[in-house]
Amino acid sequence: MEPRYVRNLPALTEEECRRLARKRVLVVGCGGLGGHIIDQLARIGIGALRVADGDVFEATNLNRQLLSQVPLLGTSKAKAAADHLARVNPELPVDAVEAFMTEENVRSLIHGCDLVLDALDNIPSRKRLSRACAEAGIPYVYGAIQGWVAQAGISLPGDGLLERLFPEEIEITDKSVLSFTPALCAAMQVSLGVKLLVGRPVETGTVFYFDLLHQEYEQIPLA
Amino acid sequence: MIEVRLFAGLRQGREKIYHWEKGSICNVQDIMDRLGIQRKEVNILLINGFHQKPETEVRDGDIVSLFPAVGGG
Repeated sequence: MEPRYVRNLPALTEEECRRLARKRVLVVGCGGLGGHIIDQLARIGIGALRVADGDVFEATNLNRQLLSQVPLLGTSKAKAAADHLARVNPELPVDAVEAFMTEENVRSLIHGCDLVLDALDNIPSRKRLSRACAEAGIPYVYGAIQGWVAQAGISLPGDGLLERLFPEEIEITDKSVLSFTPALCAAMQVSLGVKLLVGRPVETGTVFYFDLLHQEYEQIPLA
Repeated sequence: MIEVRLFAGLRQGREKIYHWEKGSICNVQDIMDRLGIQRKEVNILLINGFHQKPETEVRDGDIVSLFPAVGGG
């Protein structure tokens, strides 16, 4: 066991660590959720990462996006993710795609991945990604944040979690996100994804809903 | 009696829990109308813990939970 993974034990077994090291994960979005997700996946010992984002950093990202820094304003988020990962673990294979996910590229983005983590910032893109994962038979980990609230959950192919969650057009006018909300949501998404990848029991088709303002936690079965 | 539970931002300017006589309330949409909550503000709507639609009938003794849409990242 490499020293960098020794503190994974015994919370994870050595066999589970080896399983993680054989997995390739896609993270779509390198912003608020994506920055934390990518960092956590790299540190726990995922085998390979593909990260995608066509956006560049702007000053309004600085209150919450782990990868954003003043010197990086105006530069690619996907490139920043790759640079960050190279500093955390230079041996981790990283495929950084400097492009937004679209209907045209979504299938090639998810191709060959064992798991997809959603770090997007809008509902139509989430539904598109979830549909593509279902068609390709790849598990998808949902996550979304706003203000003090975080939602996360695993959707297995065919369970229709996102369709139930967003059956019709939803209007979100509040664009606020506080610094700690993406960190919590990312931790929930990564822990769900890790459990799935190593074969531990994990609740699927369920939305985990955290309200940090009122200190409330709900587990909502949807699929 | 019907219990209505509001979560997160839906509580702004409203109470956390309401207890109402069923009276003229037929479905969840009637509850949302009474509270001034628009359909597009809600993405999880539970009756007794099960996800339902706004048109779903509400019965005496039901617990209705409304969660606001969350979509950022």
